[in-house]
Amino acid sequence: MAECHPVGFQWVVEAKKRGATVIHVDPRFTRTSALADLHVPLRAGSDIAFLGALVNHVLTREADFREYVVAYTNAAAILSDEFVDTEDLAGVFSGYDPDTGSYSATSWQYEGASEASAAGSRDQWDEAGVGHEAGRAEAAGSGGAAGAASARPERDETLTHPRCVYQVLKRHFARYTPELVERVCGIDPRTFARIAEAVVANSGRDRTTAFVYSVGWTQHTVGAQYIRTASILQLLLGNIGRPGGGIMALRGHASIQGSTDIPTLFNLLPGYIPMPHAHQHEDLDAFVAADAGRTGYWGHMRAYLVSLLKSWWGDAAREDNDWCFGHLPRLTGDHGTYSTVMGQVDGSVKGYFLVGENPAVGSAHGKLQRLGLANLDWLVVRDFSLIESATFWQNAPEIETGELSTETIGTEVFFLPAASHVEKDGTFTNTQRLLQWHHKAIEPPGDARSDLWFFYHLGRAIRRKLAGSTDPRDRPVLDLVWDYPTEGRYDDPSAEAVLAEINGFGPDGPLSSYTQLRDDGSTRCGCWIYCGCRADGVNQTARRKPGHEQSWVAPEWGWAWPANRRILYNRASADPDGNPWSERKRYVWWDADERRWTGADVPDFEPTKDPAYRPPPDATAEDALAGVDPFIMQTDGKGWLFVPTGLADGPLPTHYEPAESVLRNPLYPTRQSNPVRQRYPRPDNPIHQFGGDVYPYVFTTYRLTEHHTAGGMSRTLPYLAELQPEMFCEVSPALAAERGLTHGGWATVVTPRTAIEARVLVTARIRPLRLGDTTVHQIGLPYHWGSNGIATGDAANDLLGIELDPNVYIQEAKAATCDIRPGRRPRGPELLALVRAYRRRAGIGEDG
Amino acid sequence: MTFLGWPVLRQLAGADRLGRGAAARSRRTDGLTARTETADAVVRSVCPYCAVGCGQRVYVKDGAVTQIEGDPDSPVSRGRLCPKGSASKQLVTNPDRVTTVRYRRPYGTEWEELDLDTAMDMIADRVLATRRETWQDTDSDGRVLNRTLGFAHLGGATLDNEENYLAKKLYTALGAIQVENQARI
Amino acid sequence: MTHSLYGPLPDVAGDAGYDHGHPPRMGFFTDTSVCIGCKACEVACKEWNLLPTGAGADGISGLSYDNTQALGANTWRHVAFVEQPATRPDGSVDALAAAGTADAVDLGMPTVGAPDGGVRWLMSSDVCKHCTHAACLDVCPTGALFRTEFGTVVVQPDVCNGCGYCVPACPYGVIDQRHDDGRVFKCTMCYDRLGAGMEPACAKACPTDSIQFGELDELRERADARLAALHDDGVADARLYGRDPDDGVGGDGAFFLLLDEPETYGLPPDPVVTTRDLPSIAKHVALAAGAVAVAAVAAFLGGRR
Repeated sequence: MAECHPVGFQWVVEAKKRGATVIHVDPRFTRTSALADLHVPLRAGSDIAFLGALVNHVLTREADFREYVVAYTNAAAILSDEFVDTEDLAGVFSGYDPDTGSYSATSWQYEGASEASAAGSRDQWDEAGVGHEAGRAEAAGSGGAAGAASARPERDETLTHPRCVYQVLKRHFARYTPELVERVCGIDPRTFARIAEAVVANSGRDRTTAFVYSVGWTQHTVGAQYIRTASILQLLLGNIGRPGGGIMALRGHASIQGSTDIPTLFNLLPGYIPMPHAHQHEDLDAFVAADAGRTGYWGHMRAYLVSLLKSWWGDAAREDNDWCFGHLPRLTGDHGTYSTVMGQVDGSVKGYFLVGENPAVGSAHGKLQRLGLANLDWLVVRDFSLIESATFWQNAPEIETGELSTETIGTEVFFLPAASHVEKDGTFTNTQRLLQWHHKAIEPPGDARSDLWFFYHLGRAIRRKLAGSTDPRDRPVLDLVWDYPTEGRYDDPSAEAVLAEINGFGPDGPLSSYTQLRDDGSTRCGCWIYCGCRADGVNQTARRKPGHEQSWVAPEWGWAWPANRRILYNRASADPDGNPWSERKRYVWWDADERRWTGADVPDFEPTKDPAYRPPPDATAEDALAGVDPFIMQTDGKGWLFVPTGLADGPLPTHYEPAESVLRNPLYPTRQSNPVRQRYPRPDNPIHQFGGDVYPYVFTTYRLTEHHTAGGMSRTLPYLAELQPEMFCEVSPALAAERGLTHGGWATVVTPRTAIEARVLVTARIRPLRLGDTTVHQIGLPYHWGSNGIATGDAANDLLGIELDPNVYIQEAKAATCDIRPGRRPRGPELLALVRAYRRRAGIGEDG
Repeated sequence: MTFLGWPVLRQLAGADRLGRGAAARSRRTDGLTARTETADAVVRSVCPYCAVGCGQRVYVKDGAVTQIEGDPDSPVSRGRLCPKGSASKQLVTNPDRVTTVRYRRPYGTEWEELDLDTAMDMIADRVLATRRETWQDTDSDGRVLNRTLGFAHLGGATLDNEENYLAKKLYTALGAIQVENQARI
Repeated sequence: MTHSLYGPLPDVAGDAGYDHGHPPRMGFFTDTSVCIGCKACEVACKEWNLLPTGAGADGISGLSYDNTQALGANTWRHVAFVEQPATRPDGSVDALAAAGTADAVDLGMPTVGAPDGGVRWLMSSDVCKHCTHAACLDVCPTGALFRTEFGTVVVQPDVCNGCGYCVPACPYGVIDQRHDDGRVFKCTMCYDRLGAGMEPACAKACPTDSIQFGELDELRERADARLAALHDDGVADARLYGRDPDDGVGGDGAFFLLLDEPETYGLPPDPVVTTRDLPSIAKHVALAAGAVAVAAVAAFLGGRR
């Protein structure tokens, strides 16, 4: 956190001065470790074993926050007797289909709920029976899985029923002992015990523990399950929805939260509404019926979606044409960025827009990225400088090796300079869901324009060219509401007008809350979770009441979705009766006199719903949730310790080894890696399967304070470039001795994909780990560099292969295997020969 | 410098007998002002690097950014910035920033200049041509697709929400579904 | 009026000829126990003062994450990175790690790193000390270096003729000549910002408030309290550096809380104003003597490199 979010870290320093204990669990010793009370190095890729052991520690001691757990989680829910755990099936859950490498979730349901949650009826689990739930976990990003799970499962509040979630959890995690942690993670039992005791002691009525993570948890073939394990732990300890608790994702880009809320992601529409999948006949009602829960706030999905369709297609969207639902293109599976790149290599994807992104350096398997770029018909790059993804035809490493040559690359490249943040109006959504407006200060220089300008004027040009077309496929383009007012020297579309469309309008003008949205076409809203960001027609995101002039929650600075709530699920900060769990942790509570929820934050609950409210049997949407159900996006209002629907790789987290690992999975010797991970077995994506000693070391990629991701915004700046002027690797003194690496000298790192070179920093901050009788060496590789800019070096991401988390299709960038050798890498075709020789020795065939 | 301003005289006449303080001040020193004081405008902004969302104040003079620093009013950042945020003026004013359109024709070996309007028109043509060539009405089972897989988008995550909104809206209307961003990575 | 060149001096600005209404002495207190080595101070300083770049031209230094390596004419804030074993050769352990659970449940946290060793990573942002007795200023023959009304020491680039006498006079090796220019440059404590009532750019940017700016007297109190708190928490090695008005430079306007010996951070253990033994009237005499002090300082610096 200190490393990549230094200004956010001020609050950790502040907390530490007030007595907080800071524990840093990370393979490398970073700037965060330097200020932590305890740094715990662990083997990259082993976090589920570590977190699962914390869960087991809590469960075996029954140290959970029982009142919270019984009332607010699904611990008491009884599961169907069809569910079989990985512990009983040698590493797979019930429902596994080895032919497709995917799960059917029907056996994961609550008892007696199967008719209500038939996963086969879900939109993308269509008649073809393709099992991967592409991006399903993301579709829950607004706060809950949109799928259908029973609102009212049978419960055993004594938590003793053998098939209640609590007991199932207990059995599932029973083997996650401190001894397993030592064998898998390399953390000794004494240190583990200290952490476990600290976390438990610091949770309960009076205290809360927070977890903070970044892509160190997401970039794995089991990434979503890492976060799930932390969720289980935090729910058991009562640390969700309460001040000082939670699981904080520290995201790395100014509006990366915004770019999932208003997604440029293949599987989502704004506000985490799923993109529809291909069917022979599916209308809006069928789509909503298949995808929305009937209970909880997703019960209003139809209103959210109709309002979106109205904001896109305006008057053309009418009841008699299903609100233009048919204008939406349909998915047929994985259309993520990595499959797109393979489509480029294979020739099916011919055009590419790169808007502020540099995949030639920043995405996994750089060579494949560049081969894809080189096989396009046309490419548009919008950036501040000529990044590697724009100049690949001049200086890609593959030109040096002879795999590509400038004269034979047919890609037509347009480089369009971009406006910077001070040259345009707009909002960023930060990592806490806070929308903050930034005002335009100056005009952009030369041909530089905002991306808002680019998309607006591109759309205008396209619509002009299509004007008069009678082809039905052009209807969605011609029907589009695309008439924003323009301003300034360059006819910039008004960002304020776009935000107003996102916020939405009703018959009486600007909307103030998503609860106003209707499915009858009377409301328009471009992103339902952002509804209210211009409440009363005022740009709430531009509010800048000084922090020191308001409460510590600072509700009048910017605007947080949803409804300006700063802590989600904050109903859980009060006990079931609505009273604060303790004075010290008072946050939101039920005022019995006023008969309303009140407190320091906007209550994340219906403001007047009495804690004693119990829903009638036929209730829908929020009415189906009781006054003690804080998790209002969930169909049952509970925090899910066990996930009956919504995840592609199982209802519970299980430790699997990374796709490339130096260790046989001690839990399931016959299930090395996540059995349903997204794989791309093809000759240009060779993966080192477990075994042999050709790639004996673990490497992990990461960032440094001084640079920003793929470097486009930092390697080009003199003041930043000089601070970390070139690519380096970090190795322990022991590994340096083992491999003859010299501090300050050069090393070559080899994987089945390629080899790169880096200067060597030998440092005690990287420590070999002892896993029982094995020693594991880890190599640290910052990934900021490429060939362009002021600070240069080989790109660490070139080393990675492409295997993905099956829920979110994110690559495993944090743990893979390699060899390291002293000296610089070979140049030209000899580089290919070196890599090939390694592959041959490892027995990696042409089929990957 | 006038005779009376000569440091030695000031030194002899004043309390600073060693000429190490008040008497040593040059006229430039006396005229120093912080450039933030003379800015034409102070504009409220947000740091474009990570997702902490630190407040920035952008100082503008004669249409140019002269300083960017932390906004002390922000309850998120309290006026502080990391090295990247502190360097963000250089992101804007860096002389190496490319500010004109560059064009590389197929099989070309050099960048060429291209007018922005022409570039936009050419890009629109490319989109429509590719869309036409690669359009899919249905799949082989007769399922409705209404889409093209012929072109794709990969965005950074430093785009504004409004920008992403227009991008998603336009691409979806065009039937392009391979629209992705850094959040997938 | 004493015009003292050594020992405590309660009113440095008054001593330099500013009348009684001059502002209080301003300073930096750099608390390295919360420094995260982010280098925001280095960049914010360069951005504000429009300093040239140039570090890193030869690639990484190999000195941990320190690629700037030293203060200089173009680097007025410099973050040192020190990697050391958490368990010291004498067997003592880093107590900072054990600290910090004052009003919390006793969690029995161990030392930094695992029980079998590990590493401690010290970071510290160095800067011109704005000495009470500033030898650079005392030896400057042109009046380019002067004492401001805030008690800070500033170079006037329009006066400096690049003679370089000040360079060896500095007991800390801070002031430096710019190669392509000849004149000397160093931290001004953002004199222009101070005049506008603003804090220096480095202190403003510092994410963890490791660099604190304020009235020196108040900073000293704050530092004493922080030191006491750390000592209470068992961080026995914490100490203040440059805080003591009785030290060899009369105390620094920019002082530090360190977690180890000054030498660990590349700081001289017992700096003495190089003009200490000089007659206090005739500056040209001082200059001649200064040359002797120069040799001594140069020897010290040479020994460090």
